Amino acid sequence: MTTKETSTVVQSAPSVTSYLKSHMRDYGMLIALVVIMGMFQFLTDGTLMRPVNLTNLFLQNSYIIIMAIGMLLVIVAGHIDLSVGSVAGFIGALAAVMSVNYDLPTILVVPVCLVVGLIIGGLQGYWIAYWKIPAFIVTLAGMLVFRGLTLALLEGQSVGPFPKSFQLLSTGFIPDVFGVGRPNVTALVLGVLAASAIVFLAARSRSRALKYGIQDEPFSFFIVKNALVAIAIIYLSYLLSTYRGLPNVLMTMAVLIAVYTFLTNSTTIGRRIYALGGNVKAAKLSGINTERLTFLTFANMGMLAALAGLIFAARLNTATPKAGFAMELDVIAAVFIGGASMTGGVGKVIGAVIGAFIMGVMNNGMSILGIGIDWQQVIKGLVLLAAVIFDVYNKQKAR
Amino acid sequence: MENIILEMRSITKTFPGVKALDSVNLKVRDGEIHALVGENGAGKSTLMKVLSGVYPHGSYEGDILFNDETVAFSGIPDSEEKGIIIIHQELALVPLLSIAENLFLGNENVEAGVIDWPKTYSRTLGLLEKVGLKESPSTLVGQLGVGKQQLVEIAKALAKDVKLLILDEPTAALQENDSAKLLDLLLEFKAQGISSILITHKLNEISRVADSITVIRDGASVSTLDCRAQSISEEDIIRDMVGRDMAHRYPVRKNPTKEGHLGKTLMEVSNWNVWHPEAVDRQIIHDIAFNVHAGEIVGIAGLMGSGRTELAMSLFGQSYGKNIQGEVRLRGEIADLSTVPKAIKSGLAYVTEDRKELGLILEETIQTNTTLANLDRVSSSGVIDENIERQVSEDYRKALNIRTPSVFQKVMNLSGGNQQKVVLSKWLYSQPDVLILDEPTRGIDVGAKFEIYSIINELADDGKGVVMISSEMPELLGMCDRIYVMNEGRFVGELDKANASQEKIMSMIVKA
Repeated sequence: MTTKETSTVVQSAPSVTSYLKSHMRDYGMLIALVVIMGMFQFLTDGTLMRPVNLTNLFLQNSYIIIMAIGMLLVIVAGHIDLSVGSVAGFIGALAAVMSVNYDLPTILVVPVCLVVGLIIGGLQGYWIAYWKIPAFIVTLAGMLVFRGLTLALLEGQSVGPFPKSFQLLSTGFIPDVFGVGRPNVTALVLGVLAASAIVFLAARSRSRALKYGIQDEPFSFFIVKNALVAIAIIYLSYLLSTYRGLPNVLMTMAVLIAVYTFLTNSTTIGRRIYALGGNVKAAKLSGINTERLTFLTFANMGMLAALAGLIFAARLNTATPKAGFAMELDVIAAVFIGGASMTGGVGKVIGAVIGAFIMGVMNNGMSILGIGIDWQQVIKGLVLLAAVIFDVYNKQKAR
Repeated sequence: MENIILEMRSITKTFPGVKALDSVNLKVRDGEIHALVGENGAGKSTLMKVLSGVYPHGSYEGDILFNDETVAFSGIPDSEEKGIIIIHQELALVPLLSIAENLFLGNENVEAGVIDWPKTYSRTLGLLEKVGLKESPSTLVGQLGVGKQQLVEIAKALAKDVKLLILDEPTAALQENDSAKLLDLLLEFKAQGISSILITHKLNEISRVADSITVIRDGASVSTLDCRAQSISEEDIIRDMVGRDMAHRYPVRKNPTKEGHLGKTLMEVSNWNVWHPEAVDRQIIHDIAFNVHAGEIVGIAGLMGSGRTELAMSLFGQSYGKNIQGEVRLRGEIADLSTVPKAIKSGLAYVTEDRKELGLILEETIQTNTTLANLDRVSSSGVIDENIERQVSEDYRKALNIRTPSVFQKVMNLSGGNQQKVVLSKWLYSQPDVLILDEPTRGIDVGAKFEIYSIINELADDGKGVVMISSEMPELLGMCDRIYVMNEGRFVGELDKANASQEKIMSMIVKA
C-alpha cells in the first residue's frame, strides 16, 4: 500500500501514451467520434463534410443534443425520463395551435411553450421527488399522456405551416455583419473567437493546476489536444461559412452547452446533483435538499424538451402527431454513449453532446450510403452496447 | 456419561489480517439448552457460521463432531441435512409469501414438480400448532409481528426435522411476553429431545433456561459453565465476558475536563421520544435526556440494537423515526433541528456509523466530499471557487493526515481509516459545536484508530462537545469523560470516568 502511494506521489512527467491510457474513459468517445466521422467521410466520398450536409447535421441533431443536456442531469441524479419525446411533440403541437390556429405572435408563443414545458417537467418531478414514485413509471405515464394529448390537440392532423418568424428558430442563420455574404465572415470570426476562448480557458486552468502542482497532463499532449480542437472548430466554421453561415440553432446549442457545462462543473447546484446521484443517503445527511434538486432537474428537463419540440416543429415547418416519437430513446442512448453511469453520479455534459453527435453522424452517414432504416437500427443498437461495454471495461481496469 | 450431540474442537478461522476465532471449543450435550454469550464482535456469529457451513469445510481449522462423527459441511444445505438449523437475527422470511409458502420454501412438498397444496397446508397447520401460533397458513408473513415471525422461523426449522436448533439473539426485537413464550417453547423442545444453542445478551434468560454456558471473548472460548452442577451468578458471566486487559492505548488529553471544571453546557436534550418510522405504535426511544458540555467527550454505551444510532439520527434533522417529541437546547437556546440543513446550521454534526452507505460519495474525490456539507462556504452566489475548495481540502488532508497523493483521489480508493478521516473532515468543515460520532473506529486498524482518537481529543480540547457512540466498551472507557448506558431505547445509567468499568456498564445493560 505504502509503496504504491509513494510511487504515485512522485510525479515524474508521464509519457503521452501512458497518460492517454489512463484517461481512456475521458477521450475514448471523442476519438470514436473522430474515427466514425473519418470513416463516413471516406465511405461517402466526402459528402459527409460538405458544407450543406454539415449544416444539415447540426440542424438534424440539435433537438437531440438539447434534450441530451437535460437528460444528462436527470441520469446523473440517478433517474430517467422517458417522456421527453412525447413532451417535445406535445409542445410542437401546442406551438402550432397557438401560432397557426390562433395567430399568436412568435414572441409570445415561444415563452409560453417553454413555461408549459417547465410545468410539465415540474409536475412529473413532483411525484418523483416528493412521493418517491420511480421515475421510470412516472415518465412512462407521461410518455403515454403527452402522446395522447398531442393527438388530441392536433385532432389527428398535421398543423402548419408556421409563420416566418417561428421558422427562424430552426432555419435561421446568423447574418453576415461584414456584408460579404459568401464566405460568411461573421461565421469565421465567431469560429476563431470560440476557438481562442477555449484555448485561453484551457491554458488558464492548466497554469493554475501547475501552480498547485496537480497537473499530470503532459505538455505535448496539452498542445496537441488544444491545437486539434482549435483547428477543428475553425475548420468547421470555415466550412459552414462557405454555405449560409452559422445556423441560429448552432448558436443556441453552443450557449446551452457552455451554460450547462459551467452549471455542472462550477456551481453548488451542479455539485449537489452529482452528490445526490452518487449517494442519495449521504447527500441527504450532508444537508442537501435532495427532493428539491430532483424536482428542479425534472423541471429543467421539461423546459429543454419544450425547446427541442419548438425547434423540431420549426424545422419541419409543421406539427405532426408523430413528432418526437421514440426520440427519448436516441436521447438516452446519447447520454449513455457519452459515458454517464446508469446508477447515477457520473457523466459530463460534453460527453452527452459527443454521444449525441456519434448517433447523429451515424444516422446521417448511413442515410447517405443508402443503408435501410432496418440495418441503421441494428448498427445503432450495437454501437450503444459497445460504448457501454467499453466504459465498463475501462472502469474495471482502472480499479 | 451424557451424550454429546455437538463438539467443535479448536476451531480457528482467519480472515485476511484478522484472527476471528482462535481455537474455540464448544461442547453441546444431547437435549440441553446451551447458551453462547459474549460481546459484540467476540466471534459468536462467526462460530455459528462455521458450524452451519456458511464458511465451508477447509476455510477454517479444527474439527466438528456431530453425533460422534466428523462432519465437513460445504454449505448450509449440508448442515440442514444433518438437522442443524440456524435462525438468524435478521429473519430470512419472504414477507409477501404466505406462512405455508415460507415454511416449505426450498423444501416444497412436490409431486413431479407440482406443489401439493393440500399436503402443504395440512403440514403447516401441524407445525403451527407445535409452535403455538394461531394463524391461518395462508396469512402473509409480512402481516405478522416480529414475535410471530420468529415462531414461523422456528416452525420452518421443525419442518426440516431439526436436531440442533441455533437461535441468534432471538429475543432482541421481542417484547417481554413474546420473549417468555419463545423461551417456554425452547423448554418444550428440550423435553422432546431437541437441543438448542441460544445466543443472547440477556442474562435473565440464561439463568431461566440454560443448562450450560459457553463464554466467548475476543475470538476465544473463555469458559464453559455448567448451570446444573453449580450455581452461576450473573457477575461471574459478566466478568468472563469483558475481563480482558486494556490492550489498547489511548492518547492523553492535553486539558482533560476535571470534576467541577466543566465548560458551559453546549447541548441539552430532554424528554426525547421517537417512534418507529413504519410500525408507528413501536416506540424506539423512550424519554431520553442527556447533556454535553464544552470540551467534554460523552460516551453512549449499549449493545447493537439498543437504539443508539436511532437516537443520533432522530436528533440530527429527524433523519430517523416518526412522531418525534422532546426538546433540544444548544448553547441554552431551544434549537430547531427538524431538517438536516437546520441541524447543521444550529451547529450539530453527525458522523454516521456506516461511512460507505451514509457518509461518503464514493465515486467522488476527497475534495468534493470534504466540502459537501458546507458548500456555501467555498462558493459565492452559487458558484464554487475551486481554488479555495482545493486549499480547504488540502488543509484537512494535512491536519488529519489522510494518506493519499492528492485530494483528487476518489474516496473509494482509500483505506477505511482514511475514508473515516475524510468523513471527519467534512463534518469539521461544517464548523459544528457538537459532534455526534457513531462508531467512529469501526472497521479501522489499530494505528488509524489511535489517530482518530487523537483527533477526537483535539476537538474536545478546542472546546467542542463530542458525543461518542460505540460498541467497544474499552474505547469508551479510554476516551470519555462521562458515559451514558443505553438499553432498549432508554438510558439505564450514567457513569463518570472515575466510576466507569466494563463490569458496571455490562451489568447495567443486562439487569435493565
